[in-house]
Amino acid sequence: MRKFGFSISQTRSIDLDQIDFSCLDELREAVPTFMVCINCGACTATCSAQQFSDFNIRKIKTMLMQGQYEGLAKQLDKCMLCGKCTLVCPREVNLRNSIVNMRRILTKKNK
Amino acid sequence: MSKIAIIGAGPAGIESASMLARSHEVLLFEKSSTALSNILDKAYLFPDFSSATDIADSLNSKLINENIKLMLNTEVVDIVRNDSEWKIVDKSGKNYFVDAVLITTGYQTFDATRKEELGYGIYKGVVTSIDMERMIKYNQIVNSINESPKRVVFLQCVGSRDEKSGNRYCSKVCCVTAVKQAIEVRKMLPDAEIYIFYMDLRMWGQHFEELYRESQEKYDIRYVRGRISEASSTFDRKIQIKAEDTLLGVPLKMTTDLLVLMVGMEASAGTKSLGCKCGIEGEYGFIKTATPHLCDNETSEKGLFVAGSCKRPMTINDVINDARSAACLISEYLR
Ligand SMILES: Cc1cc2nc3c(=O)[nH]c(=O)nc-3n(C[C@H](O)[C@H](O)[C@H](O)COP(=O)(O)OP(=O)(O)OC[C@H]3O[C@@H](n4cnc5c(N)ncnc54)[C@H](O)[C@@H]3O)c2cc1C
Ligand code: SF4
Ligand code: SF4
Ligand code: SF4
Repeated sequence: MRKFGFSISQTRSIDLDQIDFSCLDELREAVPTFMVCINCGACTATCSAQQFSDFNIRKIKTMLMQGQYEGLAKQLDKCMLCGKCTLVCPREVNLRNSIVNMRRILTKKNK
Repeated sequence: MSKIAIIGAGPAGIESASMLARSHEVLLFEKSSTALSNILDKAYLFPDFSSATDIADSLNSKLINENIKLMLNTEVVDIVRNDSEWKIVDKSGKNYFVDAVLITTGYQTFDATRKEELGYGIYKGVVTSIDMERMIKYNQIVNSINESPKRVVFLQCVGSRDEKSGNRYCSKVCCVTAVKQAIEVRKMLPDAEIYIFYMDLRMWGQHFEELYRESQEKYDIRYVRGRISEASSTFDRKIQIKAEDTLLGVPLKMTTDLLVLMVGMEASAGTKSLGCKCGIEGEYGFIKTATPHLCDNETSEKGLFVAGSCKRPMTINDVINDARSAACLISEYLR
């Protein structure tokens, strides 16, 4: 028999009171320009990896800024470190360097 | 009667000249062959679609005054203090002596060829907002093969808010100019698709937000939040653009017949060089005033005043008010 009605699923909202920002703090230290992003999306638009997968560097960056770390390490494996994103950024965010550091910090966290 | 030199016959220079001429003698220097070049290159003006020619005519009529001597084709190259007087030097080496100086040397638009990735000067289908003003003025909106475009895309913040161009600041006028131009294009091309790609829509002024709403409600202008990272040409000479729809979080590409780059306002060459020579140059080559709140028409030099868009990006409305306030201060100073 099929059950109808509502099931209670886990909340999808971000609870900023409960978030652990330690990875973000470490990253800001390593890449001082990390926080000046205006989310314009130029990096994602020009990204080489984006053309072959669902990789979205801006989104990953924004997730990390909100302390949402789940699945990011795996996503970041798709980056080829070509540096095109850094070339187009209007805020001179050192994205390529951020990616290297995000990988390092997330690997440490997931250990 | 005291003598005042005003350098630059834009709206700021003309407005202050007409006020000061009530009780002083004014020498108004202009390097071009006409006054108001930065108004006459436009078709209709925000916020109310006044004709730029009409506004220029009203301003020009203020110059009919025997106390104003307008000197066209006369570029000022130096301003030197000479005891209590000031010496103005023009390009031909001629000197003029005055009691006070007002700098109103204004702005120039960002040179879009500096953003090579956007293809201006390379592909005919990429134009600037100034080119678009001309197209609207002469009712000739065409793509690279002189046909009426089916799709027109505007891109905000070209040469503003951009580290790569060396300009961190916001140019203030281009958001609303894009909305204004998009509406004009719609009136002339009822069937075209019209898009504006933006990072933030800065509708700060009176009627700006209403104009934005009207553009959606009445004129079917579509908005995409994302910066275009590159433009290239297709085999049929359309322009292909790449961006991310940042609200959806997905990359986006499209072709367009026209890509309009909303170029920002930079300090004009005259503003930069005179600012430097007088030791009053500020950030990005604009002129630095004595203090930002209470002494915004004065400089660190006594008797040397400043008004209009040579200080920072401004609208005509800002500029006129600023010119009037400078005129009051100069009158006070000469009393
Ligand atoms: C694309 C675009 C669209 C715009 N649309 C609007 C609009 O719709 N509504 C609105 O309110 N504003 C608009 N503006 C802003 C408007 O153009 C400015 O506010 C206004 O022109 C500034 O006036 P100004 O007198 O300060 O400077 P300017 O208009 O730049 O005048 C300065 C004058 O000084 C002269 N000069 C410079 N150096 C020297 C020198 N060394 N010796 C002698 N003369 C010199 C120049 O030739 C020029 O004539 C727009 C701007 C842009 C870029
Ligand atoms: S290009 Fe720079 S400012 Fe734009 S979204 Fe990417 S990192 Fe942020
Ligand atoms: S460095 Fe990575 S994120 Fe940046 S453009 Fe290249 S593949 Fe994309
Ligand atoms: S006014 Fe708008 S388009 Fe112009 S620089 Fe500012 S945000 Fe960009």
